[in-house]
Amino acid sequence: MTAPASPAVAAASVPLLSAPYDLLSWLVGLWSDALGWVGEKLGIAMLEYVFMHHAFLVGALIAVMAPLIGTFLVHRQLALIGDALAHTAFAGVAVGLFINSLLGTGISPYVTAIVVAVIAALAIELISETTDAYNDVSMAIVLSTGFALGAVLISLNTGGLAVGINQYLFGNLSTVSRENAVLLVVLFAVVALVVTVTYKQLLYVTFDETAARVAGVNVPWYNRLMTTLTALVVVGAMQIMGVILVAAMLVVPVAAAAQLARGFREALLASVVLAQIAVLVGITLSFRYNTTAGGTIVLVAVAVYVAAVLAGKAQSRRSGDEIPERADDAETPEHADGAETPEHADGAEIPERADDAETPEHADGAEQSTSD
Amino acid sequence: MSREPTPTDTDDAPLVEAEALTFGYAAVPVVEDVDLRVERGEYVGIVGPNGSGKSTLLRLLLGLHEADSGSAELLGHPARAFAERERVGYVAQDVTEDEKRMPITVSEVVLMGRFPHAGFGRVTAADREHAREALRTVGIEHLADRKITALSGGQRQRTYIARALAGEAELLVLDEPTVGVDAESVDAFFDLLDGLVADGLTVLLVEHDIGAVIEHASRVVCLNREVYFDGDPTAFAESDALDRAYGTNVRREEGGIVT
Repeated sequence: MTAPASPAVAAASVPLLSAPYDLLSWLVGLWSDALGWVGEKLGIAMLEYVFMHHAFLVGALIAVMAPLIGTFLVHRQLALIGDALAHTAFAGVAVGLFINSLLGTGISPYVTAIVVAVIAALAIELISETTDAYNDVSMAIVLSTGFALGAVLISLNTGGLAVGINQYLFGNLSTVSRENAVLLVVLFAVVALVVTVTYKQLLYVTFDETAARVAGVNVPWYNRLMTTLTALVVVGAMQIMGVILVAAMLVVPVAAAAQLARGFREALLASVVLAQIAVLVGITLSFRYNTTAGGTIVLVAVAVYVAAVLAGKAQSRRSGDEIPERADDAETPEHADGAETPEHADGAEIPERADDAETPEHADGAEQSTSD
Repeated sequence: MSREPTPTDTDDAPLVEAEALTFGYAAVPVVEDVDLRVERGEYVGIVGPNGSGKSTLLRLLLGLHEADSGSAELLGHPARAFAERERVGYVAQDVTEDEKRMPITVSEVVLMGRFPHAGFGRVTAADREHAREALRTVGIEHLADRKITALSGGQRQRTYIARALAGEAELLVLDEPTVGVDAESVDAFFDLLDGLVADGLTVLLVEHDIGAVIEHASRVVCLNREVYFDGDPTAFAESDALDRAYGTNVRREEGGIVT
């Protein structure tokens, strides 16, 4: 291994895995050469640097897999999971640094971050399965625990460690080594493959969990899968985005795409395109003005989001008269006088309820349809 | 209409069979000692006051809850085994508008009905044809590319029926499908169900609208924790089961029953 200063990926030191690693490393090298050549021909100064080649590769891969997973999360109102897992990934980084300084090993902190984040992901699922709901409180507890653990572990090793921590908190373009790029290619391949194979199940669960269960989809299993994939994406994106801002890549492009798209596939595609714009423009600006990459990318993403909201508003105004003829809520009161419409028979007028143990979904259905 | 019941060797077996089914969230049973068999081709309406456990019974039959005692079988398998679920279609109360702003088109939703058939494989052209056919059957073909949240409540419920039909379901289970749907669309919705039953679909419906159930279903089950009545709609209308199940608040009026 002729690896430069940064700690080598653990896998690369295992003989069995060294062949695929070498192959991927060679591919990353090819990409780097290609970008360098393009930069030279077009006279783009920032493409002279190998770390920028890596940054653009990693950025482009992040901008595919973050909105890909984010689309499923956001439409289940689980946007917070990305944030919680990012903070536990920080604890994983701290564990890696701690082990390295204690035992003098050279494990990449990103590998320990993956392990810890995946464990946290499964823990979140376990909590939600046993308490029967994803709730803000348990998520907030996982988030704070992760961050606190990271902070404590890092403060235990005073010395040089505290200095290097900013790169994990805020992300850093210049530290994306070839090893890190290879790690990201592997993460990307895993995420893309799993989502491709399980797309239908994930979509069904996202759209309607109960109907998915009735249709025989093993919902808890897919929830665990989804959260684990989120952990992988978060760790992958952390290199550039930093712990604090990584969740934005899961959410902001997806929210922007939701303003524009009608269909789910369309929304997925749009979110990836918008994320690519944010990442490529963000990295370029970050290099040019010497600003932090994560923050710059997120600001560009938010600008894209605002543009999408405005475009979406304009779009819906143009197609406003297409809205279905029967907006039922508006019409109901007028129709209510019909003697033989027993529509609101139930509920409202029955004073004593046999028992209130009934499932909550249909407690007040009838009242709702009459009241507005 | 091109629905053809899939012939299987279990053709005569009941699609739904519950025996001495009991379930409670706490110590108090919500559903107690319920026996229910639904044969192929039946149109069964379950009615009962709020909190009578009718939706809970449905969830038990679908395997969404584990019964405290008794057994629930769906298509000849224990409900909790979730076997052969491509044969079951499910339409719940419409919850799309309040919590879901998700971008998804009508045709994408209907195509989900094919997912249990496709498994991990690709969605084929034949799957898409099934979905289109189902949209035609429920009469909303022209809305295929609309965003589901842009539809009215009635149109959305038709979409979910189409999803079940696209999956070639033999049994359609509906849980208060007309809540939040305007009166005019409700009538059209029940007419659609009538047509599907005539084509051989088996329907199990939980509905708060007693009048509609008496008018359309071939069999009424009146539930208030226990089964108060199970049989012919006309006999149900003439019986005192309603009064017993609902307490004294039921007024009988000319041409209909109002609670």
